[in-house]
Amino acid sequence: MTINQLSVFVENKIGSLVDVTKTLYENEIDMRTLSVAETPDFGVLRAIVNDPEKTARLLTDAGYVCKLTPVLAVAIDDRPGGMYRVLQTLEQHSINLEYTYAFVTRTTDTAYMVLRVADNEKAIQVLQEQNIRLVSAQEVFKL
Amino acid sequence: MEHYFQPEIERASRDQIRAWQDERLAKTVRHVYDHVPYYRTRMQEKGLTPEDIQSVDDLHKLPFLTKDDLREAYPYGLLAKPLSDCVRIQSTSGTTGRRVVAFYTQHDIDLWDECCARAIVAAGGTRDDVVHVCYGYGLFTGGPGLNGGSHKVGSLTLPMSSGNTERQIQFMCDLGSTILCCTPSYAAYLAESIHERGLQDKIKLKAGIFGAEAWTEEMRADIQNKLGIKAYDIYGLTEISGPGVSFECSEQTGMHINEDHFIAEIINPQTGEVLPDGEKGELVFTSITKEAFPLLRYRTRDICVLNRKPCSCGRTHVKMSKPMGRSDDMLIIKGVNVFPSQIEAVLLQQGYPANYQILVSRENNSDRLEVQVEMVPEMFSDSVSEIAQREKELINALKAMLGIYAKVTLVEPKTIARSEGKAVRVIDTRNLY
Ligand SMILES: [Zn+2]
Repeated sequence: MTINQLSVFVENKIGSLVDVTKTLYENEIDMRTLSVAETPDFGVLRAIVNDPEKTARLLTDAGYVCKLTPVLAVAIDDRPGGMYRVLQTLEQHSINLEYTYAFVTRTTDTAYMVLRVADNEKAIQVLQEQNIRLVSAQEVFKL
Repeated sequence: MEHYFQPEIERASRDQIRAWQDERLAKTVRHVYDHVPYYRTRMQEKGLTPEDIQSVDDLHKLPFLTKDDLREAYPYGLLAKPLSDCVRIQSTSGTTGRRVVAFYTQHDIDLWDECCARAIVAAGGTRDDVVHVCYGYGLFTGGPGLNGGSHKVGSLTLPMSSGNTERQIQFMCDLGSTILCCTPSYAAYLAESIHERGLQDKIKLKAGIFGAEAWTEEMRADIQNKLGIKAYDIYGLTEISGPGVSFECSEQTGMHINEDHFIAEIINPQTGEVLPDGEKGELVFTSITKEAFPLLRYRTRDICVLNRKPCSCGRTHVKMSKPMGRSDDMLIIKGVNVFPSQIEAVLLQQGYPANYQILVSRENNSDRLEVQVEMVPEMFSDSVSEIAQREKELINALKAMLGIYAKVTLVEPKTIARSEGKAVRVIDTRNLY
């Protein structure tokens, strides 16, 4: 139940982001979410795309350094405290959260969270125990 | 099994080498005293006549010669033969001031070619090899030197010259090049390009002879792995003849100096005092067989160590270390001596590529050192903190090596310009002079 997230090394300047997203656009890559984590000098662009392997190849050929990482995506309940419940569950089981970001789609009212944790197996187990719904790549792209 | 181009010379007894040196030094000193007013004047200033220089023991009496002296003497001031006896010139890549022009008689070309032939045979070259020379041809000695050496060995010589990487790789594949001669940075670039094209199974290289710029053991390991070859170092300078003044053998622990042609000394660069073998200092050469442009006690500016321990290859000629720095390249940053080669060694140790640039600037009257390094897949992570942690480790390792703080900037791949000749690694914008 993991999703392959694409990350790309970019220099911290607007032109770098323009170039990467242009390559994605020109190759008609279907992208569900994109976020950038940055330091003053560089950034890591993270994206959930429909064909991560192909996209990684495209970007590598275009001269970028990129990487695929299995991450978790969960659906957040449409009621107060949905996000809190997810994070609290991870914390209670001492599962280290490297980073997280949320995204919404046009077609449903549900919000989704991407979770990058140290131990995917354990996180899946404890989240499922709390009836938190994990979302597959197929589902993300059929949304 | 070790092979030699001239075994009787390369394996001569130390006594024999010494006898050659004594005799040839005395003869060269007599020759320049009689034919070059510059040397005569400089010797007379010291109260010396040719009779005072009978053997290598007397060498220290002679004055040093520097690159500035050579520039002063441009173009004919040190010429020791009539121009009608000369057949060639070569010249240094003069970035500042006047160039240095070296003259060669046919005899001088022959001995230079023989020196390069010794290097090629030491790297395993035979008449059945295909020697691919992509040093520049022209005034630069790299191309002509290895070209001449390859002819002497009887190898098939590919005078590729530098540049046009596509064509280099195509010839390498189509003609089955076995020995590659170029700068180490270009060898690393070629290795990378061959891998990018997936052609590593199409090349037949077995050895490389790389020189004309500084390179590290890490870079050697990288080139050897990527190309599946043994990489040999070669050293030389136009003023003394060109590549082949010294060359590496299979032991890869230093370069044998062709002592039947060149006498090496190590001096304290500040005082000029001659240092014993094993001590680090500036390398000084005296050429004792050249006709047109013999130099007495020429200061190379290269910082080296000499080693006379017997070598497993059977050669008896002294070995010099890879130059550990060049006083020309030495940067003084915040009062500390910094050599680009030190920075490169740290980068490779830490797993970064040899594609880097050193930026030195001055902000608020204080020197600022920045090292830009290209990101590579091995160092990349989806986690910013992991990348930042590796960056911090690199900063600490640089600080441990240099003694000063260097800002590290990670840049996207292929954004630092790669040269196909000598690498330009340092951009110093301080304008201190
Ligand atoms: Zn040896």
